[in-house]
Amino acid sequence: MSGKRALLTGAHFLNGDVACAEGAIAAGCRFFAGYPITPATEIAEHLSQRMPEFGGIYIQMEDEIASMAAVIGASYAGLKAMTATSGPGFSLMQENIGLAVMTEAPCVVVDIMRGGPSTGQPTLPGQQDVMQAKYGSHGDYGIIALSPCSVQEMFNLTVEAFNLSETYRLPVLLMGDEIVGHMWEKVVIPPADQIKRVNRKKPNVPREQYAPFMPDDDLVPPMACFGEGYHFHASGLTHDENGYPRTSSSAAQTKLVRRLCEKINGNADKIVKVEQVMLDDADIVVVAYGIVARAALSAVRKARAAGIKAGLLRLITLWPFPEKQVATIAKNVKGIVMPEMNCGQLVREVERAAKQTPVAFLSKLGEDPHTPMEILEVIRRSC
Amino acid sequence: MVETVVQHPFWKYLRSAMIPHIWCPGCGNGIVLNCFVHALDELQTDLDKLVVVSGIGCIGRTAGYTNTDSFHTTHGRALAFASGVKLANPDLEVVVVSGDGDLFAIGGNHFIHAARRNMGIKVICANNFNYGMTGGQQGPTTPLESLTTTSPYGNIEHPFNLVHLAAASGAVYVARWTALHVRRLTQSIKKALQKEGFCFIEVITPCPEIFGRYNKMRSGLEMMDWFKRASSVESFSDPAKAEITPNRIVVGEFVDIEKLSYEKLLHEKISQINEKAMEKVK
Amino acid sequence: MPERIKHAPLDGKTIRQPKAEIHLIKDQCKGCGYCIEFCPKKVFEESNEINARGVRPPKIIDESKCLLCSFCTAVCPDFAIYVVERKNEEKNKT
Repeated sequence: MSGKRALLTGAHFLNGDVACAEGAIAAGCRFFAGYPITPATEIAEHLSQRMPEFGGIYIQMEDEIASMAAVIGASYAGLKAMTATSGPGFSLMQENIGLAVMTEAPCVVVDIMRGGPSTGQPTLPGQQDVMQAKYGSHGDYGIIALSPCSVQEMFNLTVEAFNLSETYRLPVLLMGDEIVGHMWEKVVIPPADQIKRVNRKKPNVPREQYAPFMPDDDLVPPMACFGEGYHFHASGLTHDENGYPRTSSSAAQTKLVRRLCEKINGNADKIVKVEQVMLDDADIVVVAYGIVARAALSAVRKARAAGIKAGLLRLITLWPFPEKQVATIAKNVKGIVMPEMNCGQLVREVERAAKQTPVAFLSKLGEDPHTPMEILEVIRRSC
Repeated sequence: MVETVVQHPFWKYLRSAMIPHIWCPGCGNGIVLNCFVHALDELQTDLDKLVVVSGIGCIGRTAGYTNTDSFHTTHGRALAFASGVKLANPDLEVVVVSGDGDLFAIGGNHFIHAARRNMGIKVICANNFNYGMTGGQQGPTTPLESLTTTSPYGNIEHPFNLVHLAAASGAVYVARWTALHVRRLTQSIKKALQKEGFCFIEVITPCPEIFGRYNKMRSGLEMMDWFKRASSVESFSDPAKAEITPNRIVVGEFVDIEKLSYEKLLHEKISQINEKAMEKVK
Repeated sequence: MPERIKHAPLDGKTIRQPKAEIHLIKDQCKGCGYCIEFCPKKVFEESNEINARGVRPPKIIDESKCLLCSFCTAVCPDFAIYVVERKNEEKNKT
């Protein structure tokens, strides 16, 4: 599988974690700092072998906090950087995810979700971190979180995550789950020249005029890196366009925080991705993401076979939340069914966007995602 | 004769928009900054290749004052961040300027691992025996019996011996000076900047407004007087015995060895692996 | 003290002793007193004026005593003082 300094172009039978790792390499990631944690360890192990083949750097840091800090450092030194973890490590990384958001450092953080809270069930799946993806770090900010539902998507969405992080200058979260991470499926990896790679905007002004946090019209500032002679300062403190601390200025706080939120929420139309299946004439729509969406698709097909006009809205982007898509669909359907492997997280956003349309929430915890029959039962009851 | 405006010779190393700095009268942080830019000046360091990383604390503001690429990280994480920078671009000179609490309490784990790996990072630690920025709480280097805002009955925790810790963790260059030893500090910084591997310089600095005031040294001059009176230069003595007491402050260079740095080792290995991989493709 | 040390240097007439030019950036001084205290020739004392920061900056008592040791330059935490060699137009005179 390894030993060639080339992308694994072609069709392969891989597990999700390995597909994610290959996706990172395909996207141009050349720095990985991580810490072993089930069920994301395979990403680290695979990259420890593959990164050096591409001249990239793999380092196992002393903990997840250090991993995230090192990723930001490498990003600021000019490399595309990534880390991978699960629930407990994701919690540890939150402060530095906030630092990455505040200093607008492009990077990717993979969270292969498992049963929580706390140490929980390391080898079993969960979707319990999805709210944490948006609100995990203190303070107000905009974030992008993607949800893969297959091994192929573990590859594709990792590439997408890097491109989004470089476009919008922030950490992009890839919220996988233990099943998608550990299952084996066919993956088709395109040749290198067919993989779209986006790189961060570079400054287009002379050094003396460069302000590291002066945004362009798209609200994203061009990014210089260490060693390019720009002598810029970046800080986790609230700062002005020059990066200098402005800890006593309400105006600076307002300007900065609103831009960090608007940078993502204002560009939601360009960022949000969903998959719509059989929605044109649907009476009941199932909204699902991740591994649960696979069961939901099966349930929707069974429902159609039984004469129920059901459809599926699969959320690929979890944050910014696809409000518009949910609201539009909600207007045209009788009911929404939302299965999640948690006690009710993203369903709250769905309820908010769906307004008057009733939403039936189906919670499941533990080893298995919802079975298609369980979801079908709720679809029937929603008719 | 043309009269030219003569500026402070180190002005070009500082961000003039941010000077005067926020540090109190007599604060040792200003002296650390002074010695640091002095060393840069003597070495004529390429400022384009220098990255100054600092943690949280009064000394953490240093990154905002040097006219170089600089980054002000979250509390305690300067060394982890700096490790990422150094590995991503080993040609950069990465200097971490931080305080005793930031580097050894919350950052303790990152310190010992960066030293253990022998990351080519130069660390200047301003040790003022407390957490100054937040008002003077006790820290991992607060001397026994000292009064701080969180040890109002006297500190009962034994402080770290930072040079011992750094030496034991694997640093290749370890030195301790006080803010009064400006010449030797500058020379130590120069040495560290030219050395391969993890270098650690502890600078005992006066915190007159807070630590000093609580502990019977009400002005910077009184603390500097303590340094003058009690300092004993004992280079290459056993770092484990390098004590700091009211009567004795052992200073000097304690470790100066040669050891291959992590980034050199890693990049050599990557080159080897890369070449092998390229061969297989052919 | 041995006799020989009390006399003037043997090359005192041929070697020109550099003259110091002390620059005080008064409004940057925070009044810590380190330059005053640690100058080996006691060239400074506290002045009576109050600067923009509300403290008393140092005052030069006798600039000719300065040895250009630059300790003040090195120890000032506020970059408020520095010493350079005075560029004398009358260079050829000893």
